[in-house]
Amino acid sequence: MYNFVEHGGKETSTINEDPVKYEQFMKRIEAGEKIEADDWMPEEYRQTLIKLISMHGISEIMGALPEKEWTPKAPTLKRKLGIMAKVQDEMGHGQLLLRVAEDLIKPYGKQREDLMNDLLTGDLKFHNVFHMETRTWADAGVVGWLVDGAAIISQTNMLDASYGPYQRALQRICAEEVFHAQHGEAIIMELAEGTEQQRNMLQDAVNRWWPALLMFFGPDSASTTGSSKQEVTTKYKIRKSSNEELRQAFLDKYLPRVFSLGLTIPDETLRYDEEKEYWIYQQPDWNEFKKIISNNGPRSKERIRLREISYEKNRWVRQALAPAPAYS
Amino acid sequence: MTVIKTADEAKQDRAYLQSLTELLYQLADDDFIISFRGSEWLGLAPHIEEDVSFSSITQNTMGHAVLYYQLLEELGEGEADILAHDRSSEKRRNAVYLEKKNGEGDYIEEPYYDWALTVIRQYLYETFKKVKLEALLQSSYVPLADTAQKVLMEQTYHLAHWKTWVRQLQDSTDEAKSRLQFRIEEAWDEFLDVLELGPEAKEMEKHQLIVSEEELQQQWLADVKDTLTYIPDKPLQKTNGSGRNGEHTEDLTQALNTLNEVYEMDKNAVW
Ligand SMILES: [Fe+2]
Ligand SMILES: [Fe+2]
Repeated sequence: MYNFVEHGGKETSTINEDPVKYEQFMKRIEAGEKIEADDWMPEEYRQTLIKLISMHGISEIMGALPEKEWTPKAPTLKRKLGIMAKVQDEMGHGQLLLRVAEDLIKPYGKQREDLMNDLLTGDLKFHNVFHMETRTWADAGVVGWLVDGAAIISQTNMLDASYGPYQRALQRICAEEVFHAQHGEAIIMELAEGTEQQRNMLQDAVNRWWPALLMFFGPDSASTTGSSKQEVTTKYKIRKSSNEELRQAFLDKYLPRVFSLGLTIPDETLRYDEEKEYWIYQQPDWNEFKKIISNNGPRSKERIRLREISYEKNRWVRQALAPAPAYS
Repeated sequence: MTVIKTADEAKQDRAYLQSLTELLYQLADDDFIISFRGSEWLGLAPHIEEDVSFSSITQNTMGHAVLYYQLLEELGEGEADILAHDRSSEKRRNAVYLEKKNGEGDYIEEPYYDWALTVIRQYLYETFKKVKLEALLQSSYVPLADTAQKVLMEQTYHLAHWKTWVRQLQDSTDEAKSRLQFRIEEAWDEFLDVLELGPEAKEMEKHQLIVSEEELQQQWLADVKDTLTYIPDKPLQKTNGSGRNGEHTEDLTQALNTLNEVYEMDKNAVW
């Protein structure tokens, strides 16, 4: 989910760092050592991690909300249990990641509450796909299959990330994501092999989700949306592949499956270039992408509103749990 | 004591079968509906840790409902999925208090849910569930006794979870205390329905499926008095009706319309 790191991030440079410490740090990075929470780290590294991990964490939490809309409505007992398990996992991922982020923001005197506030004020963004509408049960399937499928590809890319606490959290998260994708695929298979109504519902969902899935990996280069921190995350060995490499890996993995189910993709220009060995596709509207992640997507306001209501309605609970004297 | 080991054996005795199915519907529908209400809470709990725990409890509870629906399926009542999704309000045997909405609003738009209602309801329900499950360990219907044992393993943690919430809140701010008291007062007017076994109660006891209502209620009250620092000075009632008799409120209709929305699109389709 690092592709958002480039947006709204405070620019930091390494000019003011102690050159000796910085050099030692970079030696550790290059030797493939893991950096721990209490280790010395350059400001640029810390800032990048905070952006990356708090966005990833809050996206897991906000990501449970679109599927939550379908959790009580799941059409069989097996599906009810499956989707309940999935949304619980997503909340768990959020919790795990926010804890990692909390340790990183501690030196600034900030805590969890600040991150939650940043979400409400719009300072902390969440992933583009979770701003989208989930219109039918087929959307719940597409989210599990393709959104989690995309998440697996982007997170696997960071399984060896240089920051130890994040790297370890990702091991567990990725293991669970595999079950999510299987759960999503099982829903999709039933719909694809089902009645005409079910097939239409599925195709409609794929059509609507396609641009958001392409956007998932972020723009190809800095020139598309302005600045890019892809280079920074690569320099510090947080990630390996570029946005476009990941998107190509996603297309490689999922397009054959999509086509084998008899589904189509709403892009007439889509084709595989055998010579260059990559997919040629219609770029999604990156201005729309910017709009979506600045909380002006189809369901951005409604989803943030849920967090707001929860925050307001549970104020008395927070006060009751707070050590005396109770805060306001 | 006659021990009934299989569904086929149970089917030999019509009176026994009737009491058994009645009891199983109560167990299944109670867990099913309270789990449904729990699933509406996701993402709205007081903090992320609670969202994780609560959704785990909700998921386990749905799992318990599934076990009971499967026992009913074995007894020839129909497929578990149909029993869960396709029975009208009058056929449901859950207690009315458990179908009550979490608060004002809808779970997707403007859910003004009340954590005090949830803490009190979950705590009172889980306390009774434990009493009931422990009684069911001695049930003459062996598949039910076995199921009770399985459920108890998870349920112990659920009860502990809600007990912790009650203890923390009732011992904190004045606002928390009064919010809890309000919901306890309300529960006292409605909870009797949960504590009952319905028209077949005597038969259930006779067939040694479960102990008497009185015994269950006494044990529940003793447990509750051990934890709650505030107990209303009035008799327990069921002012919103008797779910055990198939009496239900608009809140159940709302729940059923939501939970079977996709199922209803095509009942014959495979989902
Ligand atoms: Fe996740
Ligand atoms: Fe997932």
